[in-house]
Amino acid sequence: MIFQGLQERGVLGINARNADLISRWNERRYFPLVDDKLRTKRLAEKAGIAVPPLYGVVRAYHELKHLRERLADYDEFVIKPAHGSGGNGILVISDRYGDRLVKASGEVISAEDVEYHVSNALSGMYSLGGQPDAAMIEYRVAFDPLFEDVAFRGVPDIRTLVYRGVPVMAMVRMPTRASDGRANLHQGAVGAGIDLATGTTRRAVCRERMIEAHPDTGKTLAGLRIPGWGQLLDLAARCHDLTSLGYLGVDVVLDAKYGPMMLELNARPGISIQTANDEGLRPRLERVDAWLAERSDPPVTDRVAFARDHFGSF
Amino acid sequence: MRNHQLLVLSAIIALAGLGLFYYKAAILGLPLEPRERTSVWTVEARVQFQSRDKAARVALRIPESPPNFEVIDESFVSSGFGLTSEGVDGKRAALWAKRRASGKQTLYYRAVVHPGSVSAPPPPPNFPQPPEEPDEAFAAAAEALREEVRRQSADIPTFASMLLARLADPTPDEFARPVLERDMERVPLAIHLLAGARIPAREIRGLQLRDRAREIPLDSWLAVHDETDWVFFDPTTGVIGLPSDFLVWSWGDGPLLDVEGGRRARVDFSVLRNRHGSVEVARARAAVLGSPLPWLSFLELPIATQAVYQVLVLLPIGSLLVVLLRNVVGLATFGTFMPILIALAFRETQLLWGVVLFSATVALGLLARRFLERLKLLLVPRMAAVLTIVVLILGLTSLLGYGAGMERALSTALFPIVILTMVIERMSVVWEEVGARAALQQAVGSLVVAVIAYAVFSNRLVQHLSFVFPELLLVALALMLLLGRYSGYRLSELYRFRALGTTAEESA
Repeated sequence: MIFQGLQERGVLGINARNADLISRWNERRYFPLVDDKLRTKRLAEKAGIAVPPLYGVVRAYHELKHLRERLADYDEFVIKPAHGSGGNGILVISDRYGDRLVKASGEVISAEDVEYHVSNALSGMYSLGGQPDAAMIEYRVAFDPLFEDVAFRGVPDIRTLVYRGVPVMAMVRMPTRASDGRANLHQGAVGAGIDLATGTTRRAVCRERMIEAHPDTGKTLAGLRIPGWGQLLDLAARCHDLTSLGYLGVDVVLDAKYGPMMLELNARPGISIQTANDEGLRPRLERVDAWLAERSDPPVTDRVAFARDHFGSF
Repeated sequence: MRNHQLLVLSAIIALAGLGLFYYKAAILGLPLEPRERTSVWTVEARVQFQSRDKAARVALRIPESPPNFEVIDESFVSSGFGLTSEGVDGKRAALWAKRRASGKQTLYYRAVVHPGSVSAPPPPPNFPQPPEEPDEAFAAAAEALREEVRRQSADIPTFASMLLARLADPTPDEFARPVLERDMERVPLAIHLLAGARIPAREIRGLQLRDRAREIPLDSWLAVHDETDWVFFDPTTGVIGLPSDFLVWSWGDGPLLDVEGGRRARVDFSVLRNRHGSVEVARARAAVLGSPLPWLSFLELPIATQAVYQVLVLLPIGSLLVVLLRNVVGLATFGTFMPILIALAFRETQLLWGVVLFSATVALGLLARRFLERLKLLLVPRMAAVLTIVVLILGLTSLLGYGAGMERALSTALFPIVILTMVIERMSVVWEEVGARAALQQAVGSLVVAVIAYAVFSNRLVQHLSFVFPELLLVALALMLLLGRYSGYRLSELYRFRALGTTAEESA
């Protein structure tokens, strides 16, 4: 019953994602390009893709001594482990009172807490294999006022799934109280599917359950129109060319000042995006396969046009 | 195409495993089920003597086709001694010889026997001539006794049985008394009396097989030929028939052990019941069949190494279980194979106590970890500290448990401390990063997998099959390869995507 329903709708399971998509389209040698966020950032900058400006990198423990001075100039910033996965280890500071810093969740912490967090990140606590890591300090996105009421103390981002260079599905991920300001669905963030033709949000899910309104702000989630949608799809499609990954998750934030910025790339994007869009991925992937079978290396504009033509709601 | 190749590869691997399994099970007859009590025995005779610094020659009578038993393996341990074995008329012997021997000498003869085979007994002897009686009085007494017994018996076995019973009676009657006054040993006396009736009889010596029996003596029995077969009698009661666990060691009279060039010679016997008895039988059969395959069995290894492999062969089975539970069912666990190691630890502690110990240690460790969090330690020192605390918690449990008289509490020694530490670390990270719900979910998932793995590990059939037929692991390998390309849904995804699945039904 459920099993058949899922199959009919072409819902992709995690095994199918791993076997048919990641191991088929994502060559392992390209993984470091996206697993190391510093490399991704440099790569994107070189290609002219907007990314949040980097304030600094902490690579060694002895640098912790000067961390306070280095942070003194910034009232808001984000600390990220360069090899972090699943949104782990991201510390968002939204304000400061002298030496006391305010986390995006509203919690007040000391500079010492920040040092401790960075030292944990350096020792590899948040990285995939537990290997020693670097911590990046970067610009905290001032998100577009559009999301004012649908993001609870955090940065909403737009996850676009790019399959063989063609955007196939997208969703807005909105932080909730439960997700502690982070935009990862498995941590309790809200995901809202997006009509690829118009860039308008459709239904939303939270913890795999369909919802109408944001659980913390009560704001209706469907019908939000994302500004500069064409530009955003174009950016996502170009990220494929940067990394040669055939199954790629592109996370973009809309900054009030700078417009769409690429936050990070993901070589193992999750499959909850299907629930957010109330649609299985497989039919879309098959359409892309069929389309690509007739042409080689279509330019970005064609790919985006194809996505907008075929993956909108009707 | 790749799927096709994988299918063929898996089929080849699985067939190789199953083929070998079939060969060992059906042709060599390795047991498919664990049997607690096998009736294969190792009997060892140890000869010791003090050498006189000159050539030494030792003759030890050894079994030759003992009734009701089959000798499936024999070995002689004799450093520096040349060995021959010869057998004449049921008097088979091992002969050791050495040009020059000095000091204390020890020689071993070891036989592996199992019951059930029909062996050829020594041929019937000629009918004995009536023996020369020592004197008239004895001859008359013997004849009177024989006459009395003959009146009460029907045939040779009953005659011999009655005769022995009378001789063995602690209060002998008037017929037996004059015969017994001659102070002969009971068995030679019986043979003498039987010979007077022209009934062939021989003394046999053998031992009662008891597990772990050491330095046991040989018992004398009497074999009487009833014109068609040998019949055996207990000389102490006259009861007919050998007990099923009585191994006849030697036939006929003559010394059991004969040592030239040595003194204080002695032989003693010990018996051990073989744990993998039927395996010994299969080994013998493989030798008889001239099996071309190398003997693929861990049972060839020293006992200590065997013990290691008894655990190691379970690991692939556990990991197959993990593959199933993670990729097909979709349980979330801490670490891929951590639950397997926890399950192995449960083997030491037993399930209930293991689960209690695991939960309590992880809970206390988490508390400690939370406290350490406040001290802002670096990762590695912090984990080292947690590890130390885990060891202390376990040690304290054992001490308290021992004090309270709980034997169970002592079985914690092998609990995988490093694994526990990793669980605590990862659980606390998940707790902070994703939330208590996910952390508890994964902890429970790990425990569930561990409990299932424990149930599988403690299944005697699984233990037996994986250890005796390690080639079955090839089948497990083939399954893993196949599951490696399984791209269907996980059971948990039916729940995860229930929103998508049900809408489809409604719209249909």
